[in-house]
Amino acid sequence: MIHSLFLVNASGDIFLEKHWKSVVSRSVCDYFFEAQERATEPENVPPVIPTPHHYLISVLRHRIYFVAVIQSEVPPLFVIEFLHRVVDTFQDYFGVCTEAAIKDNVVVVYELLEEMLDNGFPLATESNILKELIKPPTILRTMVNTITGSTNVGEQLPTGQLSVVPWRRTGVKYTNNEAYFDVVEEIDAIIDKSGSTITAEIQGVIDACVKLTGMPDLTLSFMNPRLLDDVSFHPCVRFKRWEAERILSFIPPDGNFRLLSYHVSSQNLVAIPVYVKHNITFREGSSQGRFDLTLGPKQTMGKAVESVLVSSQLPRGVLNANLNPSQGTYTFDPVTKLLSWDVGKINPQKLPSLKGTMSLQAGASKPDENPTINIQFKIQQMAISGLKVNRLDMYGEKYKPFKGIKYMTKAGNLCQFRLH
Amino acid sequence: KGMLIPTRPRLFSVCRNEDLKEMLESSKESLKLEAMKRIVGLIAKGKNASELFPAVVKNVASKNIELKKLVYVYLVRYAEEQQDLALLSISTFQRALKDPNQFIRASALRVLSSIRVPIIVPIMMLAIKEAAADLSPYVRKTSAHAIQKLFSLDADQKEQLIEVIEKLLKDKSTLVAGSVVMAFEEVCPDRIDLIHKNYRKLCNLLVDVEEWGQVVIISMLTRYARTQFTSPWKEGAMFDENNEKAFYESDSEEKKGHTEEKPYIMDPDHRLLLRNTKPLLQSRNTAVVMSVAQLYWHLAPKHEVSIVTKSLVRLLRSHREVQYIVLQNIATMSIQRKGMFEPFMKSFYVRSTDATHIKTLKLEILTNLANEANISTILREFQTYVKSQDKAFAAATIQAIGRCATNISEVTDTCLNGLVLLLSNRDETVVAESVVVIKKLLQTQPTQHSEIIKHMAKLFDNITVPMARASILWLIGEYCERVPKIAPDVLRKMAKSFTAEEDIVKLQTVNLAAKLYLTNSKQTKLLTQYILNLGKYDQNYDIRDRTRFIRQLIVPSEKSGALNKYARRILLAPKPAPVLESSFKDRDRFQLGTLSHSLNSKATGYQELSDWPAVAPDQSVRNVEIIEAVKEWTPTVGKTKQPKSDDKFYSDDEDEKEEEGSDSSGSEDSSSSSSEGLFMYFTMQMFSSCLAAKYHFPRQPCLYQPSMVAVQVILSNSSDHSLEEIHIGDRSPASLSIHCFNTIERLEPEASVTVSMGIDFSDSTQAANFQLCTKEDQFSVSIQPAVGELLMPSSMTEQDFCKEQGKLQGMNETSATITMETANASSQAISKQVLSVANVGVVSSSQNNFSRFAGRTVSSGALVLVSLELKESSTALLTINTEKTVMASMLLRDIKQALTQA
Repeated sequence: MIHSLFLVNASGDIFLEKHWKSVVSRSVCDYFFEAQERATEPENVPPVIPTPHHYLISVLRHRIYFVAVIQSEVPPLFVIEFLHRVVDTFQDYFGVCTEAAIKDNVVVVYELLEEMLDNGFPLATESNILKELIKPPTILRTMVNTITGSTNVGEQLPTGQLSVVPWRRTGVKYTNNEAYFDVVEEIDAIIDKSGSTITAEIQGVIDACVKLTGMPDLTLSFMNPRLLDDVSFHPCVRFKRWEAERILSFIPPDGNFRLLSYHVSSQNLVAIPVYVKHNITFREGSSQGRFDLTLGPKQTMGKAVESVLVSSQLPRGVLNANLNPSQGTYTFDPVTKLLSWDVGKINPQKLPSLKGTMSLQAGASKPDENPTINIQFKIQQMAISGLKVNRLDMYGEKYKPFKGIKYMTKAGNLCQFRLH
Repeated sequence: KGMLIPTRPRLFSVCRNEDLKEMLESSKESLKLEAMKRIVGLIAKGKNASELFPAVVKNVASKNIELKKLVYVYLVRYAEEQQDLALLSISTFQRALKDPNQFIRASALRVLSSIRVPIIVPIMMLAIKEAAADLSPYVRKTSAHAIQKLFSLDADQKEQLIEVIEKLLKDKSTLVAGSVVMAFEEVCPDRIDLIHKNYRKLCNLLVDVEEWGQVVIISMLTRYARTQFTSPWKEGAMFDENNEKAFYESDSEEKKGHTEEKPYIMDPDHRLLLRNTKPLLQSRNTAVVMSVAQLYWHLAPKHEVSIVTKSLVRLLRSHREVQYIVLQNIATMSIQRKGMFEPFMKSFYVRSTDATHIKTLKLEILTNLANEANISTILREFQTYVKSQDKAFAAATIQAIGRCATNISEVTDTCLNGLVLLLSNRDETVVAESVVVIKKLLQTQPTQHSEIIKHMAKLFDNITVPMARASILWLIGEYCERVPKIAPDVLRKMAKSFTAEEDIVKLQTVNLAAKLYLTNSKQTKLLTQYILNLGKYDQNYDIRDRTRFIRQLIVPSEKSGALNKYARRILLAPKPAPVLESSFKDRDRFQLGTLSHSLNSKATGYQELSDWPAVAPDQSVRNVEIIEAVKEWTPTVGKTKQPKSDDKFYSDDEDEKEEEGSDSSGSEDSSSSSSEGLFMYFTMQMFSSCLAAKYHFPRQPCLYQPSMVAVQVILSNSSDHSLEEIHIGDRSPASLSIHCFNTIERLEPEASVTVSMGIDFSDSTQAANFQLCTKEDQFSVSIQPAVGELLMPSSMTEQDFCKEQGKLQGMNETSATITMETANASSQAISKQVLSVANVGVVSSSQNNFSRFAGRTVSSGALVLVSLELKESSTALLTINTEKTVMASMLLRDIKQALTQA
């Protein structure tokens, strides 16, 4: 399946290579570089590139291309999904996934890649199993290892790999038993210039941090499970139980994991918790444009809208912007024409606004389109869909764990206001 | 921090291989490890470190696990280049293959099979065969991987490898299933016959297989199903849903007649596959979801395919690369089945932050989805895209508008007007693209569009993009009789600027001149001649060539032959309009989700999906005899249930629900059977009316204490109220040491729970008695182990076996001559029977007529050796050597019984 892997940085250097079958010369990446040159943006490199003898399937994360070399037919998503797992694992192990982090930990990276694939076929991708095989590097451990000569490599086959619950290791012990669940919802929306919603949808995830001794068997039930339209589960969730009773029943992995991701049915009208009042005008013949933007909260059930960040790609003709924010700070990059305004918290009594003028290229005709505005925000202690966890129970162990549930709503990748 | 700096691996310092060699040869483990870490750093950077091979290979037998692993990394990388030296390491792996620790056995096989040295092929073959029969499923999984490695090293081994694959396909462990199917796909994808007997098992195991294995199994089963079942797509209601609609609209009598005529009953095995893959749509792994989606697309009845829509749309939330592949597949699907994705149209709206290839794919899908009802919404959306700052995307949108205009005749005029408005757009690419699309549209309906042509002629001076200029010239030439005044004037302007134009524009100018010469020679004769003269001496030979050809064709002279008469008919022939169609139109010749589909060309190793057979091949090939008595589920249940519900399935909606009901119950059965398949089930016991307990010996080492035998108990509540505080109470004999399971707080009615416990039987078959208590009640339980369960396998070589056997003579030897059932006479059958009664390990034997097994008692670790010498006419001498003489006689009795019975 996966023959080789090359890691390529933004400037087009191969800084790591790994082969699972016979060695493929790194010159195969020339085809990738060609495609990279043709693409105007780094994101535009096609994920699948055919070459005379191989196929290159790549993903771009953290400004690093992970280029897999394939020799014959394979579902491309298989490779893509695997490469993303590799990135997730690196992030999990090193905290960040950067070129520097990978180079610093090259031995661990190699050991990980060795365990994750055998002959190009995924072997162990479950983080719990990997962590038993290869312990993540920490400063303390590096120090202890150099003094005592012990290693990062586990000495035994992870017990989980052979059991019916491969995602959980056995013999977990904690003095404080705790289980935390974060319900995080993201709104993706496109809003047109008159303020009406073109599309809006809510995607949610429940991320868990479970530190429980032994083999706990948890059930999590919702007040309003009908809200969940389309769900995908961590393999630990018993699907039958969900189908029959709408209850999440599972033996959790140890530590952090994503229990569930869901989609809230689009029938429920989604209220965007922020509105935008705008007045952006360019006059023909004048080298000045007016810019006026005001934000306000909408239907937030009394919760504050925080960490608001507005960004907008201004038209190419704009030379500079001279604006005055009522709160927060703004920056305008005259090269990329990217305006970003770090607003902070929205105070409903005193709405934040950004007003001023834009100077245009002299003599140039007025830009014929208004920009789009992207907004990011966070609302703590609220799930915008109204999803509520009813209760969490534990079976199979005797102690009483500490349980906690937190809600949060934020803007997704795209909360977009079209001003044209 | 100061301590860290000197000891941190300086991986990227200048390569000092002499240093490294010295470090490797030193006696200090830490120095060796440090050296290996640096070497791995070199390998990672793609630097050559092969000259260190002799120094590295010496450390292959190191006790330090990390060092050993790094040496393995090195070995696998360079063995191919240093074949002779690599052979030095082989004996280490051969030894490790016999290690009692399954982890070490597996990793030895992994590395051994990764060393691509042809000389060791026979050794690899032997190791694979042995590992395929290993008791540890993890080792068997590794052997499945090794099959592919050996095959790619030496394809001549195919036949032998197929034998191993055949054996491993029978494996019931979920750990092995994915890997062996992968090996099957790589080595012998055409040997469909190997799948028959394992088909139902694979379907049932599927939910519990790890996610990567699921993808491989699903794609293999898709191919399998297309060769074994008949088409569920009714005649006349094939792909096109419009036909289907017409079919349902026709009066009901006819409909009945139709179904009676061709009763289609889905094979229960076909249904089993669809039913068991459906839950996987909820997987977090995008590749699994996609593979289920393609399975439904290629195998499910047409009205069931839309089940997958929601899950596919969900994948669009994932990473950009995932979106790319999923959108490609949706594009292909949406051509044939608009209805599947129309409700989700808004999910395909383009966001300004999407990458260009994602945007184009979304545009493609939106265009495919357009129909009379939604076209106005789509066009409004397109209008905002045209204003996008990404001009390449704006141009693609204009193309899409053109396609909508040709596909939906109601909006052709609206689109055309919209495109004409775009001609005054400030951006050149937008204008150029509009011209090209307008040209195509006008061609499809040339009448009464002279206004538009005039408008374009007016804009001509301001348009600089060659393709657009050429398109306008062609239009004016083609319809010159509708714009008689303007056309000659445009030609005049072109004559002026001819030399400065691009080639494509020059060609069209020549073309326009020729057409005008034929229709309006009075006004344009001189202009044409001037242009032809310019063309004659052009730098580009295509233009010179074309000019000469045109001159001969249109200007009558003595030399010009018969063609001259037909010049008008040649140049002004009515031309068929170009068809604006999706680039995904015939992508469905490839199986969805494949690399070939993504590339739209056949990738190496692509397996064609066969057409449905007209007549279903024999169904009984998939029947399997049920060996384990404990299995609750048998395929016959599915068989009797399924056709009935399927019959009804087409008749009305209510039955659909019913079928779904039976679906879930059916799959529940199957999953419970699949998880049981993991264990070796031996005994079962029921007691009491309200709490039922079954126990079995999973034959795994006990986690709690090595001297205990692991027992798994399945408790299920068969009463109508919930039971609380289930725990273990008094035990007898009082000295009995039991590792109890934790108290179960609550067991709901009809729920069951699996708990594991450990019991130290002290190597005796005396029953372990204890009380199982609930809050209100208590029951006494007695677990009596078969003598074979008190053992654990021990691996040893034949020599060791004989040596040990020699020490256990006299009183320690028990033997009997037995007459075996003929079916059991082969050595494989013997192993199977012996392993079914005793938890011992097979000792590989060089003599055919000898079968040897070795084990140790769990509590005291005393050696138990079983050997069987085959004599003539299926008699055999069974010998057991052990200090535990009581156990020996009991074991002798059990094995004898197993072998003499069929």
